[in-house]
Amino acid sequence: MNTLELQKTANEVRKGIVTAVHSAKAGHPGGSLSAADVFTYLYFEEMNIDPKNPKKPDRDRFVLSKGHTAPGLYSVLAERGYFPKEDLKTLRHLGSYLQGHPDMKHIPGVDMSSGSLGQGISAAVGMALSAKLSNESYRVYTLLGDGELEEGQVWEASMFAGHRKLDNLVVIVDNNGLQIDGNIADVCSPYPIDKKFEAFNFHVINVADGNDMDQLRAAFDEARATKGMPTAIIMKTVKGKGVSFMENNVGWHGKAPNDEQYATAMEDLEKVGAALCQK
Amino acid sequence: MSEVKKIATRQSYGNALVELGKKHEDVVVLDADLAAATQTGIFKKAFPERHIDCGIAECNMTGIGAGLATTGKVPFVSTFAMFAAGRAFEQVRNSIGYPKLNVKIGATHGGISVGEDGASHQCCEDFALMRSIPGMVVACPSDDVEAKALVEAAYEHEGPVYMRFGRLAAPVINDNPDYKFELGKGIVMREGKDIAIIANGLLVAEAVAAAEKLAADGIEAKVINIHTIKPLDEELVVAAAKECGKVVTVEEHSVIGGLGGAVCETLSEKYPVPVKRIGMNDVFGESGPAVALLAKYGLDAEGIYKQVKAFV
Repeated sequence: MNTLELQKTANEVRKGIVTAVHSAKAGHPGGSLSAADVFTYLYFEEMNIDPKNPKKPDRDRFVLSKGHTAPGLYSVLAERGYFPKEDLKTLRHLGSYLQGHPDMKHIPGVDMSSGSLGQGISAAVGMALSAKLSNESYRVYTLLGDGELEEGQVWEASMFAGHRKLDNLVVIVDNNGLQIDGNIADVCSPYPIDKKFEAFNFHVINVADGNDMDQLRAAFDEARATKGMPTAIIMKTVKGKGVSFMENNVGWHGKAPNDEQYATAMEDLEKVGAALCQK
Repeated sequence: MSEVKKIATRQSYGNALVELGKKHEDVVVLDADLAAATQTGIFKKAFPERHIDCGIAECNMTGIGAGLATTGKVPFVSTFAMFAAGRAFEQVRNSIGYPKLNVKIGATHGGISVGEDGASHQCCEDFALMRSIPGMVVACPSDDVEAKALVEAAYEHEGPVYMRFGRLAAPVINDNPDYKFELGKGIVMREGKDIAIIANGLLVAEAVAAAEKLAADGIEAKVINIHTIKPLDEELVVAAAKECGKVVTVEEHSVIGGLGGAVCETLSEKYPVPVKRIGMNDVFGESGPAVALLAKYGLDAEGIYKQVKAFV
């Protein structure tokens, strides 16, 4: 996909996120929206996957370590054709397969159940290790929140990945700067993030704007070319990106829009979509 | 009488892993800097490329096991019971149990027979913790024969299995040609109608010895080895309650939530009879030689004998 097509797709993914969370009357829109572009890039450009065969053995894997942003993952999976987009409206509903946090047992395309922060990265490391043990060429991607870096298990997993030189592993940090209790710099600062991953023997790529498809492309190409060590992509993003009243507002970490807010959000996204169509 | 052969079930674990590794290429063994103690070092020697030392990071090791399992490997995650079930509880619950991944947890150094290391390392809560996770199989073998059979059965079982092994050398009590191991099926070690003693792990041999002492006093005890705490062999437990009218449970575990808890839950619903739970009475252990500790806490043959006699 070219950049414009990716941008249009990411905008559709954002609509799916807002629609799902609105329908659920609960969920995490902020961190889903900040990562909508990287979700889109991974599932429409980067990863070797087949929505018709979600479990094909040689597929690339993705683990959403920041599992609370499931609406983002579900929306991109639906957009990619793993399940009907209409089902996004059942998010978090009793009886729906779209659980509040990723559930690999019931959701096509979900490679690992997650949601308890710090655990997804370990599972991703296990997958990458498995590929190395079996001489298989698939790659493993995992997305972490910046607040999630406060979990000690992240660093246990990183130490192991660096030690084992897992160059088929890409750890992506969604550095939107906000966690539930406020700015990550104020709550319990994980900064400097890049130097930490460097110290754990990662190749580190700082992405100035993680909501920019060209910058994401450059970063993932560089990660793919990196041999002998895992890569950490630390991308600056805007929490709530694309919805005017949610942007950089920590209040939208884990809250659903009401009907009026939903209408405003969809208007915002329709405008973005219309502008992209003019290009 | 010839001398009884003794072997610690942790050593049986290491040996069984090697046999499993020879037969199955998908077996991967993980450890957290305890390969010499958990005895996975035996596997490491045979299959160095399939032995992964994760360093002192049990939570990460548990997650790595989960990730390996998603790709079709059969990981045996190995460390002390305290860390496997205790420290990494939530990783076991959320990364292995919830997605029902095919991970085997080899937890050595369970119970107070850890000995000199003391209470910090004497895990007497693991059955309770692991039993509470939906879909988790929980087992504790009584000797070398059973430990090897358990490891084999755990591999064949699709889904998570928690196996507790011991540090102390355990007498081999199952080396008879009729021995048959099946997950979830208890084994009658001795017949008797006056009282039923249900035990597991190292204490099965102690329970059998206690029963012999009781027999000298004219009390015939039925002794049942419940190597699988979950799923519990409810049929056998209920039948024993019906036959004997009173039940004693014996385990190297807290009286809360382990074998005693499981037996009481079943009997209270299906066939209520008086039950005496022998185990750690809501206390921590302490440092000391394993055999002396078992005696102090009433878990050796003499202690079991006295408590059963008072209860029968």
